[in-house]
Amino acid sequence: MDTLVQAFVLVFDPTVLTVILLSAVFGLFVGAIPGLTATMATALLVPLTFFMDPVPAIAAIATTVAMAIFAGDIPGALLRIPGTPASAAYADEAYAMTRAGQAEKALGTGLICAALGGLFGTTVLAGAAPALAEFALNFSSFEYFWLACLGLTCAVFISTDQPLKGAVSLLIGLFVATVGIDITAGHPRFTFGSIELMGGVSFIPAMIGMFAISEILRYVTATSRPPKVPQQAIGNVFRGLGAVLRRYKANLLRGSVIGTAIGILPGAGADIAAWVAYAVSKKFSATPERYGKGHVEGLVDCGAANNAGLSGAWVPAIVFGIPGDSITAIVIGVLYMKGMNPGPTVFLDQPELIYAVFICFFIANLALVPLGFGAIRLARQLLRVPRRLLMPVILIFCIVGAFAINNTVFGVTVMAVMGLLAYVMEENGFPIAPAILGMVLGTLLEDSFMTSMIKADGNLLGFFERPIAAGLGVVTCALWLLPLVLGWRRRRAAATDYTKGHG
Amino acid sequence: MRLNDAIFGVVLLLFAAAMMAYTQTFPAMPGQSYGPALFPLLIGTGLTVCGAALIVRGVRLRQDAALIAFGDWMGSTRHRVNFALIPAALLFYILAADFLGFIPCAVTILAVLCVRLGSGWLASAVTAVLATLVIHGFFSKFLLVPLPWGLLQPVAW
Repeated sequence: MDTLVQAFVLVFDPTVLTVILLSAVFGLFVGAIPGLTATMATALLVPLTFFMDPVPAIAAIATTVAMAIFAGDIPGALLRIPGTPASAAYADEAYAMTRAGQAEKALGTGLICAALGGLFGTTVLAGAAPALAEFALNFSSFEYFWLACLGLTCAVFISTDQPLKGAVSLLIGLFVATVGIDITAGHPRFTFGSIELMGGVSFIPAMIGMFAISEILRYVTATSRPPKVPQQAIGNVFRGLGAVLRRYKANLLRGSVIGTAIGILPGAGADIAAWVAYAVSKKFSATPERYGKGHVEGLVDCGAANNAGLSGAWVPAIVFGIPGDSITAIVIGVLYMKGMNPGPTVFLDQPELIYAVFICFFIANLALVPLGFGAIRLARQLLRVPRRLLMPVILIFCIVGAFAINNTVFGVTVMAVMGLLAYVMEENGFPIAPAILGMVLGTLLEDSFMTSMIKADGNLLGFFERPIAAGLGVVTCALWLLPLVLGWRRRRAAATDYTKGHG
Repeated sequence: MRLNDAIFGVVLLLFAAAMMAYTQTFPAMPGQSYGPALFPLLIGTGLTVCGAALIVRGVRLRQDAALIAFGDWMGSTRHRVNFALIPAALLFYILAADFLGFIPCAVTILAVLCVRLGSGWLASAVTAVLATLVIHGFFSKFLLVPLPWGLLQPVAW
């Protein structure tokens, strides 16, 4: 109980509340402007959180992304351009509703479902994380090695329909993580004599490059004309919402559950949660033929799913230090830099900190309703912000952010290189999320492997001697073999068809 | 610009080979069979396998798609210049920031990019100066980041 009081004191501090409010405004702004994503918002925010205490820093990120993911619905519904990738799954549907004169209903449903989904995900987070942490206290380097493997494997398979390209992305991330002084022998690897690289590729400049610079490059090469801002005023978004929510309460719950579960899986975040929720909603709907023509049912599922996914992603991030999506990957990078290594021991050493984080999540999702309502009212003004002036300003902000971490221009170089790399990768269908996870988890993976090898005296079977480690190991190995088995079966099926056809 | 998978495969193979060759210079851990070279070697092996698979797939797809497919923007000079301007701006900052200082560099980059992306001269100039001063003030005064003053050192405020 004392811890909870301490946590409330930590959160209900004027500075923290101001940070939450400013982050909310920032998140709504970034989310509502197409081309600026929630991940980019996090990357831009990180140089600022670098100068904050842990609680306001995490509150800032949690609030910003919750707001941004909802705000992405606004241009999705009004212009058919999703403001963030998490709104892409249902932008067509929401736009069809706007054309049928139901813009208010689409946005109101999105807003309330986002808040409810976010609260659901947060409840799961607050309930599951402490219990899991207690369990995880028994974990040794063997379990952490397999957990990291499992997380990275998930990222490769979930983040893309082409696991091969996901694997390449992951390996690039792992390679970047090996740069710098190695942890076992203290030998500088791939630094080529550069003192700046001794400490490794600086994480924050790399993130800013991969999420912001690449986005700027996409904007300046976009050939489509800027969309026309709709002229019609937006009325009361809450009218008739009660009926929608009553009718589709099962969808609301299902979307929230799917979102949270996908958020927890490493490598998949809010955008994939929304796609899956939409597909499931359509499959089990009584009226699947109405989907895509301005039917509100799918919006309930997806609106809840993407915001639930945000909170879900924090479960593995806080408990094991294994990020559930790109955003929590950035957060883990920040926490490491602050010397606050995420993991089960945080729950023992600083429980008030963890509870403060949960409280911030609840506040962020509750504040979403009034602030999101305001953003909808201001939608037309928000969409009129000239991006041709905004993008250069963001570039300068990136430069300063990359510089501010170590106060060297080398950060700007890292940012530029990683930005170009991410741009080329995404243009060619290589997903970015596995690379980020590889960069974050590379050190943990190598560290836990080396420690385990020393413990087991070089015997690889040591990785299967403890029961939980063995279980995790078997699951991981099974996942690795899965594509081979599937490929072999497909080939066999094709061969059987062939012989049948000719037999 | 979309490149055929095989091109990426070849690049990855070359990269992996160079990386694995370089790990030979890493010291061995006394009394242990695993040292600093182990992880880079594993990553290199992974990249080699993936690179080879990409080449196989790229060659198989070659009949259907061109080796290099240029995006819409590659055909337009305006967009090619836009694209080149971003790395150019970063390079300019990296090379000139210490000498010129943050404020002159940022104003230049902002003004050039704003005009280039289609804003009017006045709007660009106002944005460039205002945004630079706000960002500079916030980071150097509030967060105490030592942004370089460069030429403006004598009048630093």
